[in-house]
Amino acid sequence: MPPGHTGEGFFATRLNDVVGLARKNSIWPLPFATSCCGIEFMALMGSHYDFARFGSERLGFSPRQCDLLMVMGTIAKKMGPIVKQVYLQMAEPRWVMAVGACAASGGIFDSYAVLQGIDQIVPVDVYVPGCPPRPEGIIDGFMRVQDLVGQESLRRRNSEQYKSLMDSYGIQ
Amino acid sequence: MSLTNATIRERLIEKFGDQVSQFEEPYGLLTFESPKENNLKVLRFLFDDPELRFQFLTDLCAVHYPDQTGRELAVVYHLHNLVDNIRLRFKVFADIEKPDVFTATQLYSSANWMERETYDFYGVNFVGHPNLIRILNVDEMDYFPMRKQYPLEEQTRIDKDDAMFGR
Repeated sequence: MPPGHTGEGFFATRLNDVVGLARKNSIWPLPFATSCCGIEFMALMGSHYDFARFGSERLGFSPRQCDLLMVMGTIAKKMGPIVKQVYLQMAEPRWVMAVGACAASGGIFDSYAVLQGIDQIVPVDVYVPGCPPRPEGIIDGFMRVQDLVGQESLRRRNSEQYKSLMDSYGIQ
Repeated sequence: MSLTNATIRERLIEKFGDQVSQFEEPYGLLTFESPKENNLKVLRFLFDDPELRFQFLTDLCAVHYPDQTGRELAVVYHLHNLVDNIRLRFKVFADIEKPDVFTATQLYSSANWMERETYDFYGVNFVGHPNLIRILNVDEMDYFPMRKQYPLEEQTRIDKDDAMFGR
């Protein structure tokens, strides 16, 4: 619980914290599963490593409705513009998680056809290493995203720093 | 009498004489080659003949032999007779300076995308192809990746740790 003033029947805290709390416990992920890491994600969604207990019961496959873009798997250079377009279609606030070695840095595929890390095209918040990472690893990454979401200032998306970050990727 | 490799070989030599050569049977798969100008004639003969009936193109790919000057790029057709279950491999060689080969799309529709892939990776120009553009690589790529003249690793990376890569 965020720090605040509590009394009988009420709890006063900052708006930031409440909004962060609400957002972080109901993140709707967009699984952009290209390859083997996607299978680990499917295992994650199963009942053993239940992902729904983190609030991600509903996976949307439409970027318009999702908060977190989870890129899982090898992204080819030809797929790069498509990932970017999916990212652009997401509504603010949006976060990106690069799951697996291939999404984070190209992985073992150091070749002419593989994009060496999706951070060349979209800004990434959390990288989950592994080839593939165990579902517990993905959960750990997700919990870090939750920390980021919970502590994000409501004004962050309008700040200068954020704007310059977006400009460095060529995103308006 | 069922169709055997020996029969196919006899029929080919009977029809084309010395235009077909290099008959080999690695692992039981009859393999032969022909000059690249004849590739359509041979394919059409194998397709139309009522006894041979090689009417299924399993694969069309290329190989780059950098050392055989004048015959660097080999285009390999894998044909299959579905009725008698016999496979055949047919190779044509082309010079890397002028890698023009006639397209097999008139005969086999599956050759369409396979020839695009071969063009994308080896640069073999299929004369008469309806849409010879890159299929798997980015459209802006200006080189042919599977040719053997490029180093294996990308040279522009500075973050690779030499110790981990055995250098």
